[in-house]
Amino acid sequence: MRLEPQPLPHGRGSVFSPIVNFQRPFAMSKHATTKRSEENRSPGSSATSLGTIHRTTPAKDTGPVVLSATPHRVDPPHARPDILRATGLFKSFRKGPVEVPVLRGVDLTVRQGELLAVVGQSGSGKSTLLHLLATLDVPDQGEIHFEGLRIDRLPGRRRDLLRNRRFGMIFQFYHLLPELNVLENVLAPLMIAQSVWSYVLHRRQHRRRAAEFLELVGLSHRLKHKPRELSGGEMQRTAIARALVTQPDLLLADEPTGNLDAETGREIIEVLRRLNRERNLTIVMVTHDPEIARQADRVIRLVDGRVETA
Amino acid sequence: MYKFLLCWRYLRTRWIALASIVSVTLGVSAMIVVNSVMSGFVSEMHNRLHGILSDVVLESRNLNGFPYAERHMEKIRQVAGDRIDAMTPTVTVPAMLAWDTGSQVVSRPVQLIGIDPSTQGDVSAFCDYLQHPENRVHPSFDLRGGGYDVHDHQAGPESPERSQMADAGWPERERWARELAFQRSLEKPKKTPEPQPKDDIPNPFAAAPAEETAHVFDPGKEQYDGVVLGIATVTFPDPNSKDGRLRFLLLPGNDVKLSTINASQRDPKFVTSNFTIVDFYESKMSEYDSQMVFVPLRKLQEMRGMIDPEKNTAYVNSIQIKLRPGVDGAKVRDDLAKAFPSSTYVVSTWQDKQGPLLAAVNMEITILNILLFFIIAVAGFGILAIFLMIVVEKTRDIGILKSLGASRSGVMSIFLGYGLSLGLVGSGAGLVIGLLFVRYINEIADWVGEVTGRPLFDPNIYYFYRIPTIIDPWTIAWIVLGALGIAVLSSVLPALRAATLHPVKALRYE
Repeated sequence: MRLEPQPLPHGRGSVFSPIVNFQRPFAMSKHATTKRSEENRSPGSSATSLGTIHRTTPAKDTGPVVLSATPHRVDPPHARPDILRATGLFKSFRKGPVEVPVLRGVDLTVRQGELLAVVGQSGSGKSTLLHLLATLDVPDQGEIHFEGLRIDRLPGRRRDLLRNRRFGMIFQFYHLLPELNVLENVLAPLMIAQSVWSYVLHRRQHRRRAAEFLELVGLSHRLKHKPRELSGGEMQRTAIARALVTQPDLLLADEPTGNLDAETGREIIEVLRRLNRERNLTIVMVTHDPEIARQADRVIRLVDGRVETA
Repeated sequence: MYKFLLCWRYLRTRWIALASIVSVTLGVSAMIVVNSVMSGFVSEMHNRLHGILSDVVLESRNLNGFPYAERHMEKIRQVAGDRIDAMTPTVTVPAMLAWDTGSQVVSRPVQLIGIDPSTQGDVSAFCDYLQHPENRVHPSFDLRGGGYDVHDHQAGPESPERSQMADAGWPERERWARELAFQRSLEKPKKTPEPQPKDDIPNPFAAAPAEETAHVFDPGKEQYDGVVLGIATVTFPDPNSKDGRLRFLLLPGNDVKLSTINASQRDPKFVTSNFTIVDFYESKMSEYDSQMVFVPLRKLQEMRGMIDPEKNTAYVNSIQIKLRPGVDGAKVRDDLAKAFPSSTYVVSTWQDKQGPLLAAVNMEITILNILLFFIIAVAGFGILAIFLMIVVEKTRDIGILKSLGASRSGVMSIFLGYGLSLGLVGSGAGLVIGLLFVRYINEIADWVGEVTGRPLFDPNIYYFYRIPTIIDPWTIAWIVLGALGIAVLSSVLPALRAATLHPVKALRYE
């Protein structure tokens, strides 16, 4: 495993870049794109002062969100640069007087555009690893680098920004907000990302964007439904749309099919697979299901808190 | 944005939290009602107190007063002339009011005040409280031909009618004189003949009847010196009427006797004189209305022997001063106190005179406000408890928001905003209820009186027919701000708890 910093892929700025820009290579419509790129300079400036985890990617219009578009992938998987690299991760939890080690020196590299599955038995530390990668938790030892930047010791506010703008997360139990309907749930990350003023100014574009992502996961007929009115598969699709709406660089999925029947689980994996292929989305997926892991480009097996290369 | 959206959704979906702000609503409306009624009452009381008391009073410590009122007034003008609007000299002495009902003589202790009718109206609202419309403009101690108010002019036409006042004035006096003449005509045969002294010692009173014959007082056509009685000295609320109707024992046109002590330094004597009631004085301060009796200053000075023919001056015992608008009474008082020797004179403002009463009322308001604010504070603990519950219930949602990148301050502001919006709803409802209550307070009081059979606001006691209210926007603003502050403060702890939740633990919370 290579440890030296990798050159950033073309079009991706450093996480320190101070300019806010939500534009992604696979942006939505031509109209929305050009408009947003102009407007984002001023309303987004309030977020600029909060941290530096933003993109510098200039607006590159690649047309509306369509899955049938030609895949972006050019390089073979092994030739692609690292996006996320974890070295020597240790994490233990305290249960009363006993220290329970969960991760005992995990090394992990995620390459740009790959679908990586992390498998292991219950209690092997998969979810904990994912939480560490998502900066939801802090490792006791070890380092995590995202696009060359060490992220595990970032101050809270910048980790919040990182989770909001660069990472998308989906969970086994969907974790939708019960008070909000499907569309609002998908909009939530955008609301968090922006000040009230700039959100209100761009609410139409945001709604369009959220609706497009919901269409992408096949839920365009359910926009006004509350989560409790949805089936498990629909909730997970909503969660995927929510994770994608900020157009993250990395999707972290924690047992995305764990609570679904086999058929629905397959559909969800199919959606993830498509996203990975057609939009070059890097996905790290934790699962205990070998059937699902087989769909991945690469599988890492966690045994007793250590990586056992498959 | 998500903060507002979630606040709004929580507000709409969590009725239990709305229950916790009912006490905010109650507290706010109670405070608004109490403050409006109390400030209405205080302002009414101020008006009435100030109505009889002039702004500043220079009094002599001696009941017999001081001579040369004019020179005193000049001196006052020298000290504070530019701040003074008007002045009038008065004499105030304790006295006894008495009248003959035919079967017995009724007597009452009163405060006898000699005033100059032409200038008294300049220094206080004396004239406004009289019952004859003419007297309110040009007060006079001459009996009027009639036309006294049948309705209390301060309360308006909805107040109970005072039908007896319709005949007051000369018609009443003529009727009364005819009755008197009739009684005398019955008594005459018994009185004659006057028993003659048996010895030859000349009767020292013999000369008196001879003088009387020179001028026979005809009560039907003449009047004694006028007197303005406090209305409660000769009236009482009819116990059979529920609306505070007054029963008049005497009317303008009837005669009364006033007795007081003369001003002689060596041998004080009781002096008595007849007066004819020319009007009633009704300030609605029962203390004044049941004690104050006004007579012409000159007559009182004569009666008490306060006129010094050698020095060609009359004694007065106080000078009432009205200040120009906006002048600080306390400053004038202090200036005057320096100019006049304190061993002989007392200078006081009207607030000084009624200090204990005003202080007591202010104290009452303060204590009521503190107690009522406790209601809102208790509501704060209710909000605290329910919010902690909601934070526990929403633990997973908080974890989700954090995983989506919501900052600590963002999560915190959801709950602070929730507290604020609960406070807004609670105090807004309280504001509306309170203002409506104040607006319809008299109707409510009447209704409660009807239902319970016991009038809430007995005009017999308070002399007001309607409950006075004043809505002070600043007071209301402070009440609402206080309630909002408490709502926000009590959501600080739950909000902090929510903000400091560990995202992973929150996500795993079941």
